[in-house]
Amino acid sequence: MGFLKPFLRASFRHGIHPDPHKGDTASRPIQRFPFPDRLVLHLDQNIGKPSLPIVKKGQEVVRGEPVAVADDFVSVPLHSPATGIVRGIELMPTARGPKTRAILIDVYHGSTQEVLYSVKRPLHILPRTDLLRAIQETGMVGLGGAAFPTHVKMTLPPGQEYEIHTLVVNGAECEPFLTTDHRVMLEQTEDLIRGVRYALEATEAKQAIIGIEDNKMDAVHAVAAAIEPDDPITVQAVPAKYPQGAEKMLIRSLLGLEVPPRALPASVGVVVSNVGTLAQLGYLLPRGEGLIERVITVTGAGIKRPGNYRVPIGTPIRFLLEEVGFEGEAAEIILGGPMMGMSASSLDTPVTKGMSGILVLNEKAIEQEAENIYPCIKCARCVQACPMYLNPSEMGQLAAKREYEQMESRFHLTDCFECGCCSYVCPSNIPLVQYFRIAKAMNREKAKA
Amino acid sequence: MEQADSSLILYAVMFMSALGLVLAGALAIANRFLWVYEDPRIGEVEELLPATNCGACGTAGCHPFAEALIKGDVVPANCTVSSSEAREEIAGLLGVDAGDVEKVVARLACAGGNHVASNRSHYEGLDTCQAASIVAGGPKSCVWGCLGLADCEDVCDFDAITMDRNGLPVVSEDLCTACGDCVEVCPKNLFSLHPVSHKLWVACANLQNDELAESACEVACTACERCAVDSPDGLIKIENHLAVIDYSQNALASPVATERCPTGAIVWLDGKAGIRKGRESKRIIRKKSLPLS
Repeated sequence: MGFLKPFLRASFRHGIHPDPHKGDTASRPIQRFPFPDRLVLHLDQNIGKPSLPIVKKGQEVVRGEPVAVADDFVSVPLHSPATGIVRGIELMPTARGPKTRAILIDVYHGSTQEVLYSVKRPLHILPRTDLLRAIQETGMVGLGGAAFPTHVKMTLPPGQEYEIHTLVVNGAECEPFLTTDHRVMLEQTEDLIRGVRYALEATEAKQAIIGIEDNKMDAVHAVAAAIEPDDPITVQAVPAKYPQGAEKMLIRSLLGLEVPPRALPASVGVVVSNVGTLAQLGYLLPRGEGLIERVITVTGAGIKRPGNYRVPIGTPIRFLLEEVGFEGEAAEIILGGPMMGMSASSLDTPVTKGMSGILVLNEKAIEQEAENIYPCIKCARCVQACPMYLNPSEMGQLAAKREYEQMESRFHLTDCFECGCCSYVCPSNIPLVQYFRIAKAMNREKAKA
Repeated sequence: MEQADSSLILYAVMFMSALGLVLAGALAIANRFLWVYEDPRIGEVEELLPATNCGACGTAGCHPFAEALIKGDVVPANCTVSSSEAREEIAGLLGVDAGDVEKVVARLACAGGNHVASNRSHYEGLDTCQAASIVAGGPKSCVWGCLGLADCEDVCDFDAITMDRNGLPVVSEDLCTACGDCVEVCPKNLFSLHPVSHKLWVACANLQNDELAESACEVACTACERCAVDSPDGLIKIENHLAVIDYSQNALASPVATERCPTGAIVWLDGKAGIRKGRESKRIIRKKSLPLS
């Protein structure tokens, strides 16, 4: 079979092919979004320690000014997305569920889109540690959804003997409906390449590979054209398949390397970063600005003007939906993509740094889907779909009996990254991922106690 | 041919019998030399225990509890599930005092049934509280409140928890054995175990104050501090916009604390007489569920 290799594009095994639904938004250029009357900036938008507020009630802030600082190494600062006055620091609803502390900013009507605060650095002469600190100062986190602080990702875990050889730039965007990364690659190509150069410097990797799904060939060509001949950067198209954008899958597809279970990509010498993150980094670093807005795909049933919008962080979803002309009553609103995103239970939830899309599904479609759950018929489709080679069927049956510890000890529950392939293919409609998320939450709680 | 067949069977029978005898001998010898003495009273005591293995006593199950009883580490009354007659019988058997341990029951720190607490969204999915709480904290406007999908009722081995018509679990003090299963299963951590003498109770876990709390649930603690002011010093404190009772000073507690509570979040649990709210608390006469807000 070796002679066929040049003709077969490498990919990971298993996975699914959901309907992409990207047509509505993929061709629409990114548009700026107006400011809402009040911004809600949650202090715990990033993984790690929440940011520490440095503003007081009644204080005036300008667009781009830091309002909270990093409280630890695994933490990032927050910047005010608009000029206005701090209304207070209060408990506000989050997409995850519990109410957590957020800085409320009342936006001045005259607030401009111009950023009025920046700290410029001589980036070309900065040593690596200072470059990492500069990245932390921008408040950058993974914009793909995980919201993991970017500077932490680019720092090696202490005491590890790994050597990073490759920076994988994730432009797969395998989630249906979402087109933010696609548009960013087309419109911010220069920023992206600049960001990749900074990331290469920060990680000390020898090469960078930008992996893009082959349903976005225009982005592949645009990015390839922007690379200078002496850049150690290559662009590679990978087959469109879900979850191609999961870091372990993309590393398998691009480099043929297998990341061991429960290990970071760094253990095989790779750092993965999202194109949206690096494009934003390439934009912010030379300007010395902070992350105050992000690109979000807004689409779905009942939305008059679907598209990609550059939205100030902290914009309440209610305002966002009003502005794009959302009509209709009861609907399911998903924050992120349909496969791994979270349902919103309150329209007062604001846009956060890690939110890549807002998807509205109409109620009829949901009711039909959630209707009936049948017993497992052991068809093993979930086993064939699971990209982590787990056995969702057996785990699902254990979960129904609340045997959460056995799911871990016998079936490696923690390796599941909740991509949802198993639930997608299940002909019996068993909510497998939902079971696994409960089981993981319960095991985590037990481990804490 | 026939000759050979019958002898084959004969050999097989003889071999299996010999094997059986040898192994039986080995077992007999092992039984003699590896025998461990176990106090015969352990078996007798275990017979008298309820055999639910619920763990309410703090040991892993009824057998370890029986062992602890023989050692004298616990008293029969530590088994909250067995009847008082059974306890007396065990005490008589072991020649100890049955002991007097105050009855402990599970209590729910929420009174937000569907008739008083509003829902911000409609939940479709796996029909358990744990699943619903993972989806953005569940449909209730109050993210601290009871979701009412009856995980506690399902997990209770003693049928002590029933869901009332407003979707709120009601714990039967008689049936509750304080095994702690509901404490563990509730994703909002609303259950806790309390001696029945803890009669003053804050039936709310909402950490917001004033209108924010009351707009989510009509019986929420609004942190108005009236209960704290009316009670003896230090008995009730307001922590994170919620009244917290210091049960180390339980002797000072009286229904006075509940009298001026505007929402009726703090209550006096009077055993048989039921839940007593203060006279100034608003009356809840609505019986139907609130619409989606």
